[in-house]
Amino acid sequence: MKYMLMIYGNEELWSSFPQEEFEKVVTETNALQAELKASGEFVSAYGVGDQVLAKQVTLVDGAPVVTDGPYLEAKEYLGSFDIIDVDSLERALEIAARVPFARLGQVEVRPLMHEAPDNE
Amino acid sequence: MSAPTTAEGLLRELAPHVLGALVRRYGHFAAAEDAVQEALLAASVQWPEQGRPGNPAGWLTTVATRRLIDQLRGDESRRRREETDVVVSERLSGAETAAGDDDTLTLLYLCCHPSLSPPSQLALTLRAVGGLTTAEIARAFLVPEATMAQRISRAKQSIKTAGATFRLPPDDERAERLRVVLQVLYLVFNEGYTTSSGDDLHRTDVTDEAIRLTRMLQARLPEDGEVTALLALMLLTDARRDQRTRADGALVPLDEQDRSRWDHELIAESVALLSGVLGRVPLGPYQLQAAIAAVHDEAPSAAETDWQEILGLYELLDRVAPNPMATLNRVVAVAEVHGPDAGLALLASLGSDDRIAGHHRTYAVRAHLLERTGDLTAARADYLEAARRTTSRPEQRHLEARAARL
Repeated sequence: MKYMLMIYGNEELWSSFPQEEFEKVVTETNALQAELKASGEFVSAYGVGDQVLAKQVTLVDGAPVVTDGPYLEAKEYLGSFDIIDVDSLERALEIAARVPFARLGQVEVRPLMHEAPDNE
Repeated sequence: MSAPTTAEGLLRELAPHVLGALVRRYGHFAAAEDAVQEALLAASVQWPEQGRPGNPAGWLTTVATRRLIDQLRGDESRRRREETDVVVSERLSGAETAAGDDDTLTLLYLCCHPSLSPPSQLALTLRAVGGLTTAEIARAFLVPEATMAQRISRAKQSIKTAGATFRLPPDDERAERLRVVLQVLYLVFNEGYTTSSGDDLHRTDVTDEAIRLTRMLQARLPEDGEVTALLALMLLTDARRDQRTRADGALVPLDEQDRSRWDHELIAESVALLSGVLGRVPLGPYQLQAAIAAVHDEAPSAAETDWQEILGLYELLDRVAPNPMATLNRVVAVAEVHGPDAGLALLASLGSDDRIAGHHRTYAVRAHLLERTGDLTAARADYLEAARRTTSRPEQRHLEARAARL
């Protein structure tokens, strides 16, 4: 079963802790990903570019119109995500609890949709 | 079973024999498995160019043995290749496949070792017994090849000790280990049993592979009722494969499928297999599930389905091997025999079971029963709740369509 672990936060949160702590979190994140690669549970992981880089695409009379920024009132936004392929929800939650950013905010765990029937 | 006609089919058929022969002679399961994969790859490149050798199994064994020895001895072996070749060809002149049947069984037990997690058991079985490449398995399970490679190599490391001895499990463990093997084969089948449209064709291969491996197991253990029943269950399910989804991938429920287009030859074969074991051997969960599938497959129309018989079988299944999905299916059967209110009453009495409450299928069953009682508002709400709770795209579309119809 594939799960997406989503790490939410905001500028205020990320700029509030010292550089050395940030480096520690990055090191720990790399170590966790290396461990998941070794166990064959890692699918992919990405950091998401800052909100200032966000673009909105809408269709006006069928033609695409691009504007800057989400400009949506969100206290927290998606900072990065990991996709893992694990045996059970319990295992996904266990990994989520070990994501270093879980100490700072929260990690949202959602199953990924698939094309096969659910047999469980 | 007919002889494989394609080169790929032949290679997959021979893979476990060659691997078995290597491990029996030299041990080193992990390295031997890599060597056999390399030999299979070499064959898939060389045979189409140079023609299929007279003794394909011997050819593969020779090439795989060379690779294995290269790997184990490193450079030293390359200096002594001449010498090694002589030894290998002498060994090959003996009775090659005498122990082949036992080897395949031993390999299956090994790959389905209880110390491995189900995804690892699946991956290793498909590679070492099925002869599939890592890339093929990764594609079927929609994960990066590196992830699958790591999963397989780790699985091989965890069973290093068991692989070194390469023997059938002791008699007193055999039954329990066989149960795990059947579970893995059924999981492989279910992984692949999905829409047969467009992008999912690779997964259809996985279903075929599960059937092929189960046929192979059944040919070796024809007296085991559960092995035969699992094969029958797969075939009875597979007979309906083409009618199970529309061209656009939408699910077609059993009672709306075109029964004239089910594979009736396959159904007849399955029923014959099942009749051969039922009543002669101790009753097991696969026999019951296959018997239920057979009642469905043999009904000329949905209306003529013998629900009384199906209900009896589900009651037995709930006793022999209780599981939430069988219980929910029993609810459906109760509703068919005694009416939707009886089904709803049984469902309500199950409400407190954690494995059932909150499951999307519980909502789907209740929606179906409510629809039949005429409470369309409640039915619609439950269909939508079920749609929200499933992670299967085709099921979600199906449930949403049901809600929209009301």
